[in-house]
Amino acid sequence: MGPSYDRESQDMELGIYTFGDLKAHPLTGKPESAHARLTRLIELAKSADRAGLDIIALGEHHRKDYVISAPEVVLGAMAAVTSRIRLSTAVTVLSTQDPVRVFQQFATIDQISGGRAEIMAGRGAFVESFPLFGYNLDDYEELFDEKIRLLLELRDNEVVTWRGRLRPSLEAALISPRPFQGQLPVWIGVGGTPQSAVRAGVLGTPMFMSFFQGPDSGRRLVDLYHRAAASAGHDPGSMKLASGGHIYISPKSQTARDEYHPYYSDYFTQLPQFARGMPREVFDQWVRSGLIVGSPQEVIDKILHHREVLGVDRYVGQIEVGSIPGEMVDASLELFANEVAPVIRRETAVTASPT
Amino acid sequence: MSSEERIERTIGILGAGKLGTVLARLATAAGFRVLIAGSGAAERIALIVEVMAPGATASTAHEVVAEAEVVILAAPLGKVHALPTTALSGAGAVVVDAMNYWWPVDGILPVFEETELSSSEVVRDLMPGARLVKTFNHMGYHELDSEARPAGHPDRKALAVVSDDPAALEIVAEVVDAMGFDAIDAGALAEGIRFEPGTTAFGATAGRAELLAMLEPMTVQRS
Repeated sequence: MGPSYDRESQDMELGIYTFGDLKAHPLTGKPESAHARLTRLIELAKSADRAGLDIIALGEHHRKDYVISAPEVVLGAMAAVTSRIRLSTAVTVLSTQDPVRVFQQFATIDQISGGRAEIMAGRGAFVESFPLFGYNLDDYEELFDEKIRLLLELRDNEVVTWRGRLRPSLEAALISPRPFQGQLPVWIGVGGTPQSAVRAGVLGTPMFMSFFQGPDSGRRLVDLYHRAAASAGHDPGSMKLASGGHIYISPKSQTARDEYHPYYSDYFTQLPQFARGMPREVFDQWVRSGLIVGSPQEVIDKILHHREVLGVDRYVGQIEVGSIPGEMVDASLELFANEVAPVIRRETAVTASPT
Repeated sequence: MSSEERIERTIGILGAGKLGTVLARLATAAGFRVLIAGSGAAERIALIVEVMAPGATASTAHEVVAEAEVVILAAPLGKVHALPTTALSGAGAVVVDAMNYWWPVDGILPVFEETELSSSEVVRDLMPGARLVKTFNHMGYHELDSEARPAGHPDRKALAVVSDDPAALEIVAEVVDAMGFDAIDAGALAEGIRFEPGTTAFGATAGRAELLAMLEPMTVQRS
């Protein structure tokens, strides 16, 4: 808490996100129990809060390899045991949820936490929730589009009259409780689809972008977002941007890569692109082209590169993947909070434009 | 001289998402006339095309099929039935399948699960008459965007190209080359199974020799 650090200034916000991976350990072949995993997640939130990070966010999945299908409930538990950290999602799969219920739940978390809740809505990278909740994949685009618009109506109005195509109408519906904050922050998370950046711009919401490798491909996406925002009458300069992706920090560059690769490779076996694991050469190539794995100094440089290329106000790193052990996550988190974050805050506070 | 020849060729792209806009940018840079279409009216993607692929023309799928000599399918494979399959069948156009069966987003699709065929053979059967070629599917769109290099560049990467129509394969190989990648003739369309998700070649960013090694052995003969 040096004099150069002021939460109200333009220094960058820093945080973490996790999906609550529940993957079997490659050596033991056993996944952690849901109880142990959720307990560990809540401890992670306490650690991140104590360490002074700005945000923790949880991803919603409906698969056996992730423990979080109800991030609202987990965030509610986190709200009760943390004091400063903001509580968000990454992402809330809004397409298959009822926006009214989502808003009520997050307004409740916001009340419990004294104004620390946020929602990050997205389409998600998986589609299991469609059959689970009775939605048609053919409505993939329209569901998200309709529901994000409704969610923004609920954010802005206590009494809502609304008509759509895929959800019953609302007639002067009272939405209660209202959030503790004046306005509940609603972000849109995008994975690189141009149409998603246009939507975020047109709706005037802050936008989060995730990257597997470097942020350079995001330049055009940010440009598109700003152009779409301006065309809809929003001031692009006032709209917040965030970026993120996988992160792992270890004291030394080489050991960071050596320690992380086996777990990263194992993580990808559950996805189509590297069903047989990620070869080390590919991994090293990803690290060279921007995957945030390395020593504190390397990670500082890479996050500042996100800031420089995209103008982001916030960086959130996915601190857990696959079967990575809790001790590695804790050590990485400690370096993030104690060695990376202070430098980035100082650097970005200095470079912020004078008010 | 070769670039003057190229500009006479029109490349059409169906899909204005992550992959489609990158391919439009590469094709425009290669000097082709490029038409790109999403699922609806051209105006809906005008801003996207202007920002993501300046120089390409926002179009409708109908215009793409009517005007392009080479049509690249860059939509999610789960949306294949929304593509103008009938028009593509009859047009005699060279059609490039750049799509993959990607269950996390497409959902579990029995037509691709319960078959020994490569996904492109399933696509071919949806548009009989089209001169189907498979390529651009096995390298990520970020890598396609950043790894394009002029012919002869030491760091140039390679893309596998397969088709049952040798003349169509030849045309697409030229397009791939012009867009910044070595094209490897990897044989018949059925060979496409060697660079689908789950294979070593899929997701790799490899040069010619390295990719050839990943594709071995090729056993299916062109019919």
